[in-house]
Amino acid sequence: MKIKQISIFLENKKGRLWKALNTLKNASINIRALYLADTSEFGILRLIVPEPEKAKKILEENDFAVKTNEVIAVELEDKPGGLASILKILKDSQINLEYIYAFVHEKKDKAILFLKADDIDKTIRALQDGGATILTPEEVYEL
Amino acid sequence: MIWNEEMECISRDDLKELQLKRLQETIKRVYENVPYYKKKLEENNIYPEDIESLEDIKRLPYTTKEDLRRVYPFGMFAVPKKEIIEVHTSSGTTGKPVVSSYTKEDIEIWGEVMARGLTMMGVTEDDIIQNTHGYGLFTGGFGVHYGAQRIGATVIPISTGQTRRQIEIMKDFGTTVMIFTPSYGLYLSEVAEEEGYNPREFQLKAIGFGAEMWTEEMRRELEKRFNAPAFNIYGLTEIIGPGVAMECPEKDGLHIFEDHFYPEIINSKGEPLPPGKRGELVITTLTRVGMPIIRFRTKDITSINYTECGCGRTLARISRITGRADDMLKVRGVSVFPSQIEKALLKIDGLQPHYQIIVTRPHLMDEMEVKVETSAEVFSDDIGEMMKLQKKIEEYIQDEIGLRVKVTLVEPKTLPRSEGKAVRVIDKRKF
Repeated sequence: MKIKQISIFLENKKGRLWKALNTLKNASINIRALYLADTSEFGILRLIVPEPEKAKKILEENDFAVKTNEVIAVELEDKPGGLASILKILKDSQINLEYIYAFVHEKKDKAILFLKADDIDKTIRALQDGGATILTPEEVYEL
Repeated sequence: MIWNEEMECISRDDLKELQLKRLQETIKRVYENVPYYKKKLEENNIYPEDIESLEDIKRLPYTTKEDLRRVYPFGMFAVPKKEIIEVHTSSGTTGKPVVSSYTKEDIEIWGEVMARGLTMMGVTEDDIIQNTHGYGLFTGGFGVHYGAQRIGATVIPISTGQTRRQIEIMKDFGTTVMIFTPSYGLYLSEVAEEEGYNPREFQLKAIGFGAEMWTEEMRRELEKRFNAPAFNIYGLTEIIGPGVAMECPEKDGLHIFEDHFYPEIINSKGEPLPPGKRGELVITTLTRVGMPIIRFRTKDITSINYTECGCGRTLARISRITGRADDMLKVRGVSVFPSQIEKALLKIDGLQPHYQIIVTRPHLMDEMEVKVETSAEVFSDDIGEMMKLQKKIEEYIQDEIGLRVKVTLVEPKTLPRSEGKAVRVIDKRKF
């Protein structure tokens, strides 16, 4: 139910994002989803990949600072109001989000929302009670 | 005008005679009263009676900052503690601070040499001196103060800071002489303009500045902004404080008060260098009572010039300091050693002591940036946490060096390592 996400520290410097992604390319690791958060001074690259442990190891061998953590993947309708309905569930359950990022999946008319909250178990329960579809890691990786 | 014509215009022969007499007395005094020196002299197999000519000074061992730190706090005192009437210390930036002690006589010497220097700047009893050097353990404030009082000028002991107040006072009190570090001077002029004043219209007749490295361009800029000549002041806590050497109106080097401080220039191997050659300045105090110092390695790079000066003074001149023999940095007048940054980083769990210091002078004031490597341990997926970490490192460094710095987090293993010739400091300022 929880999806492993890897986060990579990047300097705000030319070529750093490329180097991180190229490192994964060389290890034949495909990226399912990506989100780059940045400040004026540094960035944090968040990735969903099918083999997070392997990706972490390879990045660390290439001197990147890497952390893994867990996010929730929610499937939603790719239509107006789809995201809002999920956010309403969270709002009603008084859950604070740290961040979200969404991807559209063309084959299924569905979108996938990755979300990170303080209390991940409580968030999963709230989403399930609210009728949202939570995806398993396998479902995410096989998309 | 010359404050002490007898000493400042003394013939070289008479000076040498006086220096030898005072050197002999000093060596005798430390041998008899400072166990640390007694031991050191004996280890070098030299005794007070061996000093027969000034040349013999070369046989004496050097004193380093390390020596002074080893006997912290009172181990260098050559008189009973009750005769010490004032103590100052260096900033203690690389460990224990160095304590400098003064007897009543020492304070008089300090006032005397500063009075000579202020007189070189044209200061008289009619002047109002605004002293922005800090009063406190730092020697800057008090040194200038004693000199000004000796002359009988009026001192405004305002210390550094309160910039708007400084400007108000300059205007309202009709300050005629300003004492500041060059970068603070430039900053003052800027703020004055912001406040709607033209610093050229203040009634300044002279500026005394020091405690920081600077360029001739910087001097010209200061002189232009305040419409007054600016004179260089040199000194160091270990020797006495400001007033060891000062500039006359010729502005061709700083007259070192050789009747009190005996200068030598040496190369990195500790060998003496002839006049005109650049090297490390070594100073022996000749008259200090409370804490005589033998052949102190100042780490300041300069050269010495014994030729006659246009001002009529015969005392030798040292060129303005343009470098250091160690890795010390002067940033906004504060001594900073890279090792202090390392010390601060090591206090934070999980942080590696890999860093790089970049000093710039983007506008008028020195800026210091410290690049620090992130590590897997300290890296957090949460941007807020990372910003907090950055701030925490900045605070730790500030605690250590007393200056606000900007910390930039960089990726692991992207900074040069300390093995071999790591470039720890990138000083982009031009001196």
